[in-house]
Amino acid sequence: MSKASLEFKIITKWVSKNAKVLDLGCGDGRLLKHLNHKLAVTGYGMEIDPEKTVKAIKSGINVLQSNLDRNDIQRYFAKNSFEFIIMTQALQVVRRPDLLLEQMLITGKESIITFPNFAHWRNRVQLFFGGKMPQNEALPYNWYDTPNIHLCTFKDFEELCKNNNIEIVARSVINKQNKTTLCMKIAPNLFGEVALYRIKKY
Amino acid sequence: MEQIELVTPKTLQVTKPLTMVSGSILPKYELVFETYGKLNDDGSNAILICHALSGNHHAAGIYESENTKGWWHEHIGSGKSIDTNIFFVVCSNNLGGCHGSTGPASINPSTGKIYGSDFPIVTCKDWVASQNTLREHLQIDCWAGIVGGSMGGMQVLQWSIDYPDKIKNAIVIAAAAKLSAQNIAFNEVARRAIMEDADFHDGRFLEYNTIPKKGLALARMLGHLTYLSDDMMGEKFGRELRTEKLNYNYEVEFQVESYLRYQGEKFATKLNFDANTYLLMTKALDYFDPAAEFNNDLETTLAKTTANFLVISFTTDWRFSPERSQEIVKALLDNNANVSYAEITSQHGHDAFLLKNDHYEAVFSSYMNRISTQLQTGRK
Repeated sequence: MSKASLEFKIITKWVSKNAKVLDLGCGDGRLLKHLNHKLAVTGYGMEIDPEKTVKAIKSGINVLQSNLDRNDIQRYFAKNSFEFIIMTQALQVVRRPDLLLEQMLITGKESIITFPNFAHWRNRVQLFFGGKMPQNEALPYNWYDTPNIHLCTFKDFEELCKNNNIEIVARSVINKQNKTTLCMKIAPNLFGEVALYRIKKY
Repeated sequence: MEQIELVTPKTLQVTKPLTMVSGSILPKYELVFETYGKLNDDGSNAILICHALSGNHHAAGIYESENTKGWWHEHIGSGKSIDTNIFFVVCSNNLGGCHGSTGPASINPSTGKIYGSDFPIVTCKDWVASQNTLREHLQIDCWAGIVGGSMGGMQVLQWSIDYPDKIKNAIVIAAAAKLSAQNIAFNEVARRAIMEDADFHDGRFLEYNTIPKKGLALARMLGHLTYLSDDMMGEKFGRELRTEKLNYNYEVEFQVESYLRYQGEKFATKLNFDANTYLLMTKALDYFDPAAEFNNDLETTLAKTTANFLVISFTTDWRFSPERSQEIVKALLDNNANVSYAEITSQHGHDAFLLKNDHYEAVFSSYMNRISTQLQTGRK
């Protein structure tokens, strides 16, 4: 099973049947298509990349080529328009993740966010012993060309939630092998590679 | 080598009178149209193409007698975005046009004279009503898709509002839900140019055996300007001169002046575009505002629409900018409609919808593929 599919599995468990869903940074539309197939969800994907937009159109989903840094969520959707707003692996590339989170929780009743953990032990080792910005499978870019302008750790994210009155309904931590190991349960911020959060406004 | 289909235009004689939005009644009229590809057995593969201001029914293919390819041959044909191996494609010349359909240059049956300025004002709604008569004639129960750019995109929108059960997919390109004050202003200047030409004769110029060539050329120069982007003009012409030095007179000095004059001249003489048609088309554009019938609320206007939508805009289009397309998208989203939106990066301004562009083509053909998949699975 691929990494994507475990992420998808957990998301599928969290999303309810027939829900109206917005997928931010929907890429080629794979997740929406999957959710539509499994749960008969309806909704839209938003994607900034032209080539991915074409792929999403091909996949058969509704996709809006848009820019999340340009307030496009607000432009198109009113309060509480969706049961779920999902954003997989895109939080770290937007200009103001805090403002976007707020917008997501206004426009949708619940949100599901996934992102890579910057505090994973391998990143810590690379920075501590190598003295260089971490570069690995999860973070493949150079420091100067990375789109990941707002990397954070699980701890950072949870602190932001606390300060902004965001309730964490559920959390799931996984690694590259698609497993949740005992280590990850004891020290997720050290051993977890990707986190999935289900959040809503208090 | 590219295979281009040989086409012959056909004419539909409509004897059922058309009551127009203006209140005028057209007792009978002709619509000239072309078709490409074959209608399948259940009549489910028909695509209607709606043309823009200066367009016509010759959207694709080639005539035996002359070497003019259709205006959208880049997108319509065997193996192209609108694949004529899959779809039956129809394009008609708008009512009031000057390429064969009944228009101001036709004979008014009640007077036996050329209509001229007596031709009633046509609106987008009237066009769509006449195209619906063509649909009935061709025995097409429901269009698999209707596609149009600019003024053509407005007709697509109108179709989805007026005949929601006759259109499965709507592709609206470089359009807007209504014209802005600036858009109307440009049209008005174009009309003044034509109407103030001494050869206009209150629209009866054909009876005087002349045409308001200067006015029409001027109108086209202005219109053409609004189709281009500043960037593109800068790149294509810059401040390049026709001769080596400045002459300090009022002759054509800059290349851009020469280009615009050529475009105007070509339109008025070589293409022989009818000045009254130009006036009519710009008026129809100005009047286009489907939401006006629905309390100026575009969301309510589109409430009965059931078509799936693809909306496309171009980054440097300032005539109908991406924001104008996004207004349409927003109203569709408010109705929970199936809609996809793509914003094509292009330096060609409004004109981009007629030109080749890889991303544009990819978006377009991907969506057309979806329609052909719908045909195969027989579901919407």
